[in-house]
Amino acid sequence: MKKRATISGNTQGYIAILNTWLAQHARALIFSLGQIYKNPIGSLLTMAVIGVSLSLPAGFYILLDNAGRVTANWGGSMQITLFLNPDLADQEIVSLAETLRQHEYIDNIKLIDADEALEEYRRYSGFSEALTALDKNPLPAVILLNPARETIAAGEGEQLLEYLQNLEAVETAQFDRQWANRLFAFIEIFQRVVIVLSALLAFAVLLIIGNTIRLAIYHRRAEIEINKLFGATDAFIQRPFLYSGFIHGIGGSVMAWILLITSIKLLEQPVVKLAGLYASNFQLFSLSSGEVMVLIAIGGSLGLLGSWLAVQRNFKAIGLS
Amino acid sequence: MIRFTDVYMHYGDGVEALKRINLYVEQGAMVYVTGRSGAGKSTLLRLIALIERHSRGQIIVNGQNLERVTGNRIPLYRRNIGFTFQEHRLLNDRDVFDNVALPLVISGYRYQEIKKRVRASLDRVGLLKKEKNYPLQLSGGEQQRVGIARAVVHRPALLLADEPTGNLDPALSLEIMQLFERFNQVGVTVLIASHDLAMIKKMNKPIITLREGKLLTHIGQTISE
Repeated sequence: MKKRATISGNTQGYIAILNTWLAQHARALIFSLGQIYKNPIGSLLTMAVIGVSLSLPAGFYILLDNAGRVTANWGGSMQITLFLNPDLADQEIVSLAETLRQHEYIDNIKLIDADEALEEYRRYSGFSEALTALDKNPLPAVILLNPARETIAAGEGEQLLEYLQNLEAVETAQFDRQWANRLFAFIEIFQRVVIVLSALLAFAVLLIIGNTIRLAIYHRRAEIEINKLFGATDAFIQRPFLYSGFIHGIGGSVMAWILLITSIKLLEQPVVKLAGLYASNFQLFSLSSGEVMVLIAIGGSLGLLGSWLAVQRNFKAIGLS
Repeated sequence: MIRFTDVYMHYGDGVEALKRINLYVEQGAMVYVTGRSGAGKSTLLRLIALIERHSRGQIIVNGQNLERVTGNRIPLYRRNIGFTFQEHRLLNDRDVFDNVALPLVISGYRYQEIKKRVRASLDRVGLLKKEKNYPLQLSGGEQQRVGIARAVVHRPALLLADEPTGNLDPALSLEIMQLFERFNQVGVTVLIASHDLAMIKKMNKPIITLREGKLLTHIGQTISE
């Protein structure tokens, strides 16, 4: 009986401690919101700066995402042209075409033999008269083939091209869309740039929050000293500043989100127009709700980290005892 | 309540603020610490409040050896002490109620309890009607009383007052001192640093006199000046 009483006493004690802890957190949160409410312009400016800093990498992310969606369809239209050795017998050409058709890196192929090629040339070039003067067909057989989409996506297009080039029956193999490849390479570089830029801007957000909190700490120095004198723990004093950093970070992310939505709205019309010119019904994609959550989480974490660093650095400087 | 044994205090630059101080203040006493500016009055109070650390000797407050009160124990130790200051040190962006509530909020009291205690404390210093005012709307004497209400709201065992009447005229000073006396009568040990010797003599309480960091007179001794 006695033991049970002790246990329930302990439990009550823990609940009391937990309640106090929650109350202290709620107090710190309300206090931080109150401080922001009292100084809305300053807080909004800080959040706006954070918003701009976060919107840049997020904007580039959207840009990359859209570029990826646009170019995803290009892999399929990417074509390799094989000019075959003119000495090949018809039988050899057909069997080569058959081998290539089975190849796992190749989606589909189209064989244009020398006669067809000549016929096509005659029809489109306007040199039909001159061609009749030739006693022999000067054109080689041609195989047009589309690499499998996965091959392009995996960046193995070049290897496929090299393999084809080395086939004995093939005189020349060339990508019809060399520029697309260059674009992919460029996008890859751009991706790296965005990563570096994101890191730099995340650092900028840390500095902005850190500085805001540092100023707040110095501004409320008298209050901190009084709190310490009346027995406040470091955690008690630091909590409102940490909440403040967190709230500024979240506010900044929301600002970034608003900036991005506005920018996309502004771009939408011209992009649809441009896509129309390319006979495409492409539309700009914005952030998904999951991505917005990630953006807000990143902003909040940067805010918390920035204020934590500022608190660690500046509290020692004004610490009592 | 407070015992100093051979306490020395020198600052980093070699200035000796206190030299070989021995004193004893018993529980429930009300004691004045006096001396000229720079004699070490404030330092004495700051050592008790652990705002500063003594260099040598031993200080025991409320049964605790201050050398052992470190880190997390400092906040808990301070919650048993109330402070008032010459320059009030009220927070000007908060009203009187919030200023007085500060020690209770720090200790994690519930709002209902805080309200009750703050009202009681303000009532005792006669400022219950001013709870919604901001410090700068009050007179100097009223601000000092708000400071006192804040210093006692959490019912500390020890009250430290550093020049509480420094900026007040004699009539107001007497009023403030009588206020301290009333808190002392309900069992709070009170230590008041003041250079206002004329006032102190009127109060008829034990006096500790410091001169250039040394103890000149101890409790019970007469002032030889």
